[in-house]
Amino acid sequence: MAFDIYDFTTLTSSIHQSLSESLPPLAVEMIEWTLVGLSMLIFVALFGLILVYLERKVCALFQQRLGPMRVGKWGLLQTIADFVKLLMKELITPNRADKFLYNLAPFIVIIVTFMAIAAIPFAKGLQALDFDIGVFYVSAISSLGVIGILLAGWASNNKYSLIGAMRSGAQIISYELSVGLTLITMIIFAGTMQISGIVDAQASGWFIFRGHIPAIIAFIIFLIAGTAETNRGPFDLAEAESELTAGFHTEYSGIKFAFFFLAEYVNLFIVSAMATVLFLGGWQPLHFGSFEGFNQVMDFIPPIFWFFGKVMFIIYMIMWFKWTFPRLRVDQILTLEWKYLLPVNLFNILLMTLIVLMGWHF
Amino acid sequence: MKALIQYISTILQGLLTLVKGMAVTGHYFFRPKLITTQQYPENRQTLKMFDRFRGEVIMPHDENNHHKCTGCGICEMNCPNGSIEIITKMIETPEGKKKKVIDKHIYHLGMCTLCNLCVKACPTGAIVMGQKFEHAVWDRTQLTKVLNQPGSELMKDVKE
Amino acid sequence: MSNNLQDKIETQEYIVNMGPQHPSTHGVLRLMVNLEGEIVKNVDPVVGYIHSGIEKMTESLAYPQIIHLTDRMDYLSAHMNNEAVALCIENALQVEVSDRVKVIRTLMAELQRLASHQLWWCVMGMDMGALTTFFYGLRDREMILDIFEETCGARLTLNYSTPGGVMFDLHPNFQKRVKEFTKYFRKVLPEYNQLLTGNVIFKERTVGLGPLSKEDAIAYGVTGPTGRASGFACDVRKHNPYSAYDRVQFNEILRTDGDTFGRYQARIDEMYESLNIIDQLIDNIPEGDYQAKMKGVIKLPEGEFYQRVETARGELGVYILSDGKKNPYRVKFRSPVFSNLWVLNHLIKGQKIADLVAVMSTLDLVIPDIDR
Repeated sequence: MAFDIYDFTTLTSSIHQSLSESLPPLAVEMIEWTLVGLSMLIFVALFGLILVYLERKVCALFQQRLGPMRVGKWGLLQTIADFVKLLMKELITPNRADKFLYNLAPFIVIIVTFMAIAAIPFAKGLQALDFDIGVFYVSAISSLGVIGILLAGWASNNKYSLIGAMRSGAQIISYELSVGLTLITMIIFAGTMQISGIVDAQASGWFIFRGHIPAIIAFIIFLIAGTAETNRGPFDLAEAESELTAGFHTEYSGIKFAFFFLAEYVNLFIVSAMATVLFLGGWQPLHFGSFEGFNQVMDFIPPIFWFFGKVMFIIYMIMWFKWTFPRLRVDQILTLEWKYLLPVNLFNILLMTLIVLMGWHF
Repeated sequence: MKALIQYISTILQGLLTLVKGMAVTGHYFFRPKLITTQQYPENRQTLKMFDRFRGEVIMPHDENNHHKCTGCGICEMNCPNGSIEIITKMIETPEGKKKKVIDKHIYHLGMCTLCNLCVKACPTGAIVMGQKFEHAVWDRTQLTKVLNQPGSELMKDVKE
Repeated sequence: MSNNLQDKIETQEYIVNMGPQHPSTHGVLRLMVNLEGEIVKNVDPVVGYIHSGIEKMTESLAYPQIIHLTDRMDYLSAHMNNEAVALCIENALQVEVSDRVKVIRTLMAELQRLASHQLWWCVMGMDMGALTTFFYGLRDREMILDIFEETCGARLTLNYSTPGGVMFDLHPNFQKRVKEFTKYFRKVLPEYNQLLTGNVIFKERTVGLGPLSKEDAIAYGVTGPTGRASGFACDVRKHNPYSAYDRVQFNEILRTDGDTFGRYQARIDEMYESLNIIDQLIDNIPEGDYQAKMKGVIKLPEGEFYQRVETARGELGVYILSDGKKNPYRVKFRSPVFSNLWVLNHLIKGQKIADLVAVMSTLDLVIPDIDR
């Protein structure tokens, strides 16, 4: 089996070939699906654990603390211990809750994140689904998650949960617009909706550099709206610990709570990955026009490290927001969207179109 | 036009204040030396309380098992919540006189608010505040302590 | 949607019990909140969940013993509570304490005020959702608590003032540590402003929220920084000086806006004033006894005695009715938080739930002070 850390297409095609030699096409496809599903599952679980650990360490550093230190060296096993604890906890269903919807909600939230993660290109050839409308698919899928949150809030038979869910609904529906419009801005620049196409187009330079002013504006808006989409601070109205205790997941315990928790972090990853793909060149290394030596050194670093490095950088930015800013109020969140982000965004699309038409980009 | 400039300047100014706030947290993020956390059970060896720290009431004894408590009961009177009980007994001195001495100085740590009034009131300085603060026990009866050690006697030079 | 249709949709107010266990009530206060959607229609505070009977207990205690109970009322301004009772007893007995005691008490009170305002600041940030402020505030408060621990032996329940003086003399390190602290804290306070005060989100959320007029402040008996932000000149330290406040120069922070941001800013400004007072006193602590000669058993003459002091939250009044015995006949505390709490409903009507938390934060509630 050929293995090349710079190009995973050889790996995937060799698996496909070796399977096809002995099995009928249907079985091959089934096995491949299972393999992809399993690797996604393992990735999400592992990455979720790592992200939770990182968040605790990062926030501890912002707050001049040490963070978890007891379980394992530097507390490395802390999240695993937490996960085991969550697995063992009793699953509580409140009295007079809508049992079916109450149990369904966490699954909707987690399934949606899995669906969205399928379209993320981790490295060359390491992408489960490569639609020609990939960007549109991710944007459409990620807005489904709010249904799970609304169901959770409604079915819990708890007023705090209901308020949290309603806030979340209003917020995500509004910010979906901003995310969509920034995506459109970048699609105009790229000329394609296919994610692999977008990444390939950035081989000579990342879009945030090539698209200069409108791309940077779009990037900032995407970061703000993306933070809002993931329901993280300063937009964590749906949870709003100091107001609603825990918002929509007040009544959830054990593994069902863990699903919400995990979904939040996977959503964080998806938003960061989308930002990476659209603005920071996906898994493409950093290239500067004619510095050949520099470009070769950058090429030496495998694409998968480039991708995760950029994703981690954006995740770090979003964590930085969360641990610095106070929370917005529900009407201010809508004001920010409809009075500031939306007009700026529309103007930005116009600017981008002009730049693309006139060819004023690099 | 004026409104437009104002609109843009509000956005930029708002963003500036946000960046300023992030600069503060970022400053601390990149200076892990400033971390103030003390890792408590690990630093037991080096942890030193201030000398006036009020952890519990103790009665110091010298090497001959002598203490300074005369059993006068002033601490018992001064205690606001009845944490101290003094039990005295009559003994006969070698000269043949009858004398009241302390039998048991009972101290209920569970009721004590560590207000320092007993220590302040003690005329002979027999009780002082101890530095120990790890008082957690499994059974609250263990919080009732007898401060004078068994077989201990009054120091010679203590005036009653 | 036409108005007609809106009328046809049936809406209902609902009640949410915030507390007695809720992250932002800072203790066991219960608020019965009438809500219409997100909008608060009415707030009904229910108090008494942590009633500790301090006033009643004092009737069976001797005067020096009363003081240690007052630590547990408003535990964030423990020293001021101690001082109030001690001053009241001294006034009744007409004991003159030495200048040293006066200055020590003033210094301790200002340090306590700083510590209390730091905690308030960081909790305010936390209520608004900025969790990092919480740790910065506690970090700085720790330095003051260390100063307290070194001199008084305790960090929170100081029990430092006694009738006629203070429990211990100042620790030899006291001056050095306080100077270190003031130098450090003057450097950190601008950081507080940079992180929270100037933040556009914070300003949007607080400016103009829950305004309290001067008339209402007086009518409700709102004192402390909360009242002064509305322009009610109620600083006991200025208008009725006790201890060493008559020998220091400081400004009474008076503001006219009276909204949530005004109350916030009033406290931030008060921190600067406290630092000024400490700077004026720390280098000239007079020599003298730290404890005046008192009788073994203190008996107050028959009559009524009242003393008020300015705690970190407002005006604390101590009323002692004595019948000449060694225990008081009746003690009543006019606690600042109890009076400040009831203005909440007035401030919050028609605002949102998130605002309720913000307004409650600027009232700076300490629940045991309500349920004495």
